[in-house]
Amino acid sequence: MSQKRKAVALISGGLDSMLASRAVMEQGIHVEGINFFTGFCVEGHTHAIRNKETDKPKRNNALWVAEQLGIKLHIIDIIEEYKQVLLNPRHGYGANMNPCLDCKIFMVNKARQWMMEQGFDFIITGEVIGQRPMSQRKQTMPIIAAESGADDLLLRPLCARNLPLTLPEREGWVDRDRLFDFSGRSRKPQMELAKQYGFADYAQPAGGCCFLTDESYSKKLVDLWQARGERDYDLDDVMLLKVGRHIRPRPHFKLIVAREDGEARFMSGYKKDFISMNCASHRGPLVLIDGKADEDDLLLAGRILARYGQGREVEQVEVTIRDRQGVERNIVVTPLPADQLPEDWFV
Amino acid sequence: MSAEILNARRLLCPLPVIRTQDKVKTLQIGDVLTVECTDPGVIQDIPAWCRINGHKVLETRTDNGEYIIVLEVGDQEAVREWKPAFPQ
Repeated sequence: MSQKRKAVALISGGLDSMLASRAVMEQGIHVEGINFFTGFCVEGHTHAIRNKETDKPKRNNALWVAEQLGIKLHIIDIIEEYKQVLLNPRHGYGANMNPCLDCKIFMVNKARQWMMEQGFDFIITGEVIGQRPMSQRKQTMPIIAAESGADDLLLRPLCARNLPLTLPEREGWVDRDRLFDFSGRSRKPQMELAKQYGFADYAQPAGGCCFLTDESYSKKLVDLWQARGERDYDLDDVMLLKVGRHIRPRPHFKLIVAREDGEARFMSGYKKDFISMNCASHRGPLVLIDGKADEDDLLLAGRILARYGQGREVEQVEVTIRDRQGVERNIVVTPLPADQLPEDWFV
Repeated sequence: MSAEILNARRLLCPLPVIRTQDKVKTLQIGDVLTVECTDPGVIQDIPAWCRINGHKVLETRTDNGEYIIVLEVGDQEAVREWKPAFPQ
């Protein structure tokens, strides 16, 4: 009896990697999934911080896909290593701060390392030629295979028939004729295949699966680097850029203003890391102060905070300022009128 | 058999799952791990991770705004002897 071959599939949680895995599993290959967490991944839970979106399923789509396929999933934390990809992408950025091509090369390389350590035979991705403008083009497919070191161990089942033969096909581990020739941006072939496989429910993230493709998020990241004078970040930075309204009235500090209770709850976990403020005399949002704020800055921050509370129309609002040790004091401020809150303070 | 506690507070999914996964790798079959979290998403995700990786969820509960999941480590290699969820 021939040896049972094993493949590791890059599982994003979207439909394509789900279909690609299933297509190879159909041919008797043992598949396990791998999912990389960069910190910038768009997950249901990040959105679920905000109360208004709690009607969306609070699930991790990669785990959900693995469960639908009946495969193991290995989730790998690459937050630290990913910094080099984001800060110095050899192939540059896309429309925003998204280094998609370098990201794909990096992930396939990590999957290759995992494959070798675990004694697996080849790698699967859900890539489709022409599906994405930066990383999934005819010209970039061989670049990913070569620069990741995966070479002909990288199989893209959904468009394999448009690409040169890979080792799993040459060796007969998989039958090329049972793979696909999808290309272009149309999702119809994938939806048809999903129907054929009986997948009725699957994630279809409109803006991709990474915050770095988001214009607003990218602006906040660049603003953070400019304010600090260095291009660096940690996980807390990445998380806090996902929540709240970011207002920078002065170059050396900004306010992160919770937009509702879910965000306030999440931001409360950071009270030991930032000066925090909230309205004492009226209902109002939690605010974190990022940067070095002196007394005048805190007064201005208090006025901005009051603008977002229920006391915005009154003469005076009492605001509590809490230092990192939890020591509180109150100040009285006049809420900042809307016409004194310039548009360019909003990051 | 040991009983251990993992503090995954303030982490957003999938980090509590990753920390659980990494901790479980250091444990033995039958050991019990209690994971303490603040992200409500773990109520879905850690049990899902347990199901696909052969571990048993003993208890999930909320406690003063925190989400606690108690699991028993299963035989991870047995899961590798995988049976597909659909006919081939």
